[in-house]
Amino acid sequence: MKLESKIPEGPLAEKWTNHKFNVKLVNPANKRKYDIIVVGTGLAGASAAASLAELGYNVKSFCFQDSPRRAHSIAAQGGINAAKNYQNDGDSVFRLFYDTIKGGDYRSREGNVYRLAEVSVNIIDQCVAQGVPFAREYGGLLANRSFGGAQVSRTFYARGQTGQQLLLGAYSALSRQVANGKVKLYPRHEMLDLVTIDGKAKGIVTRNLITGEIESHSAHAVVLASGGYGNVFYLSTNAMGSNATAAWRAHKKGAFMANPCYTQIHPTCIPVSGDHQSKLTLMSESLRNDGRVWVPKTKELAEKVRKGEIKPRDIDEADRDYYLERKYPAFGNLVPRDVASRNAKYVCDEGRGVNDTGKAVFLDFRDAIKRDGRDTIEGKYGNLFDMYKQITGDNPYETPMKIYPAVHYTMGGLWVDYNLMTNVPGLYATGESNFSDHGANRLGASALMQGLADGYFVIPYTIGNYLAGEKYEKTPVDHEAFKAAEKTVKDNIDKLLSIKGSKSVDHFHKELGKIMWEYCGMSRTAEGLTRAKGMVKELRDEFWKNVKVLGSNEEFNSSLEKASRVADFLELGELMIDDALHREESCGGHFREEHQTEEGEAKRNDEDFAYVAAWEFKDLDIAEELHKEELNFENVKLTQRSYK
Amino acid sequence: MKLTLKIWRQKNTNDKGAFKTYDIDGVSPDMSFLEMIDVLNEQLIEKDEDPVHFDHDCREGICGMCSMYINGEPHGPLKGVTTCQLHMRSFSDGETITIEPWRAKAFPVVKDLAVDRSAFDRVIQAGGYVSVNTGGTPDANEIPIPKSVADEAFDAATCIGCGACVAACKNASAMLFVSAKISQLSMLPQGQVEKSERAEKMVAQMDAEGFGACTNTGACSAECPKGIDLKNIARMNREYLGSKMGSSN
Repeated sequence: MKLESKIPEGPLAEKWTNHKFNVKLVNPANKRKYDIIVVGTGLAGASAAASLAELGYNVKSFCFQDSPRRAHSIAAQGGINAAKNYQNDGDSVFRLFYDTIKGGDYRSREGNVYRLAEVSVNIIDQCVAQGVPFAREYGGLLANRSFGGAQVSRTFYARGQTGQQLLLGAYSALSRQVANGKVKLYPRHEMLDLVTIDGKAKGIVTRNLITGEIESHSAHAVVLASGGYGNVFYLSTNAMGSNATAAWRAHKKGAFMANPCYTQIHPTCIPVSGDHQSKLTLMSESLRNDGRVWVPKTKELAEKVRKGEIKPRDIDEADRDYYLERKYPAFGNLVPRDVASRNAKYVCDEGRGVNDTGKAVFLDFRDAIKRDGRDTIEGKYGNLFDMYKQITGDNPYETPMKIYPAVHYTMGGLWVDYNLMTNVPGLYATGESNFSDHGANRLGASALMQGLADGYFVIPYTIGNYLAGEKYEKTPVDHEAFKAAEKTVKDNIDKLLSIKGSKSVDHFHKELGKIMWEYCGMSRTAEGLTRAKGMVKELRDEFWKNVKVLGSNEEFNSSLEKASRVADFLELGELMIDDALHREESCGGHFREEHQTEEGEAKRNDEDFAYVAAWEFKDLDIAEELHKEELNFENVKLTQRSYK
Repeated sequence: MKLTLKIWRQKNTNDKGAFKTYDIDGVSPDMSFLEMIDVLNEQLIEKDEDPVHFDHDCREGICGMCSMYINGEPHGPLKGVTTCQLHMRSFSDGETITIEPWRAKAFPVVKDLAVDRSAFDRVIQAGGYVSVNTGGTPDANEIPIPKSVADEAFDAATCIGCGACVAACKNASAMLFVSAKISQLSMLPQGQVEKSERAEKMVAQMDAEGFGACTNTGACSAECPKGIDLKNIARMNREYLGSKMGSSN
């Protein structure tokens, strides 16, 4: 099967405009004859559901949380990029496009990324019109700041709660369509299978998380906006419930999974404090605008810091190593996330880490407070400082923060074409659940942009192109394909409940996380990955023999929910390892130790690996088949990333 | 740390429910409150007992899903934090901690400590939005908004919809939640067009859901993890009254 990216012909800047003209339209009066399922209510899902309903389609919106407003987009702190050039500092659609392609280490599609940059300006207009209270200057106009990896100020923000405000905007638009009767909400429902008939997506099977009821939902198209799979690592900045199940089950029904090894490790998180740790908390990357990252120059001094014999503020300037500023004078503390993360790991591996576990570096605001005053810093980061203090007990106004990288985002995801449709006709993937825009590394403040771009401004146009060719009749849910999917789901649940082993679900999840973090995290080797593959396989075998899931299906059963998700993580983990193993190069978030420059930077191999790796599921324990989509670069020159 | 936990256990909405007492050992002061419950649950699973069900998701104090009533206070003893951000260093060794679900007619218990807060969603659906479709909106900088107004609207907009205000109120009133949304939108020029109608509809839905009336005790604001100000209720009353009098002033 050949993967068709369906990137429109023509000059880069005209592709999207031409495409919008060329796609088939559904007559306004006929839109009400089509039903669309949207799974997930984060930025990508809520914006899509609301916009599609406004157009006249009938939408069913699903989320596992108790309300659509809880989706994890809500936790995004820093901001959202848009090429508005309000600051007159040389920004443009092309520059945002260029930065995103370069930041992604030339592993994303030019056409998709340009479109993303192009519609970014509309997103801000849309959100302001909804009543999103972005930060403003005294003159009443919108404020911007610069953000990791960018040399212009194009990031719009709402204190450190940008994701919350954008999500509540999308949620309000969604709520308005619920009131209009165009959206039906299904909270506390989890998608457990995709239903395909003659190769086309025709609906989903869900579990009501309160009653356990297995339900079939039929539709003309299915949009997955179910987020990323960072919780494969157990500890991540994702929400506790964030999971890969919807995407993974779709994968097992034929949708290709692209670049699963591309995971983003965020450099500024609160370090792990002990075995009880259930998740990691991100400190917004915007902190790197004013905070300076450093560790003591020597191991001996670091040792004293760890033992509490010397306070960080008492360490002389000459004994501090501001290693990012030293190694990357042009970008300093604002180097992209992967570079910042890896360097934190290196200094800690050298024994210069600064907390009990030796796995932390300082992020210091002393100089910024001296320069701008405490009030200014409080205005910018007050809530983040409060949050840090609450979690750690330290006051960042008085002592440097301690930070360490943590898994934050997954660039890989379901393969989609330019229309955001997977290789399964009628099945779409938006936001973090697809792979399309960030290549091997995502720039800060670009996830919110992509989620909303996909939902507000891409899928409302492209879905019509498919639906226009579909009949109005909906497949009845007693169709054998629905019955078969229901049976698969029920059998799987029964199996989980019948094992009655001796180890909890969390035990297996934690073990998986340790393996993935150690061997498929910030730095990878062929040897480590090969070992990890065996370990994950062994763990999966043990899980299916020895997991303990109490209770029954017919009740609110959190162990059962988790077990079903962890079962999928165990399979996905193996594919991530395979993908990381096959990609014999370093690029963005994928760093193979065998492939680095003399300076220790990621060394790409454009000759052999300038492609998207899309994996096709065969059967359990049978290697997935690799399909390659070549990436063509006509508008940017591939260069070695350099932030020096 | 060693603790005694008195936890409300209720199988489902129709079950009567009762407190059950658990002893837990080896609690670290660095654990979050929910991580402490995680540890308890691992111990319960070990003993083949049903783990304690509770709502939680982001564990960074922003999704609004966690909702425990701890020692008589929503989200526990610390001001300005949600349960997930509460750490065990706020408690002392040997302490007995009582943990209940939110209690309000409009928030029926689903299981143990988890409640159904869909009433909040329905209140928002009644009018908590600006009626604009996607696309065709003016440039974001076309309407300047004074910074002070934008900041004040933002303060109201930080509500996370957790329901602590309702749980804290002796009348189980939702006025703080509803007024935060009404305030945010009525302060911004984009939301002013519909402000009267919005106030009227949202208040009507709030009443229909069975939330109580406000008697100005201020427990809601005092217990709000995001510090939503009581003056939002005054603004809501003004909008509501204005709309009932047929004028938006």
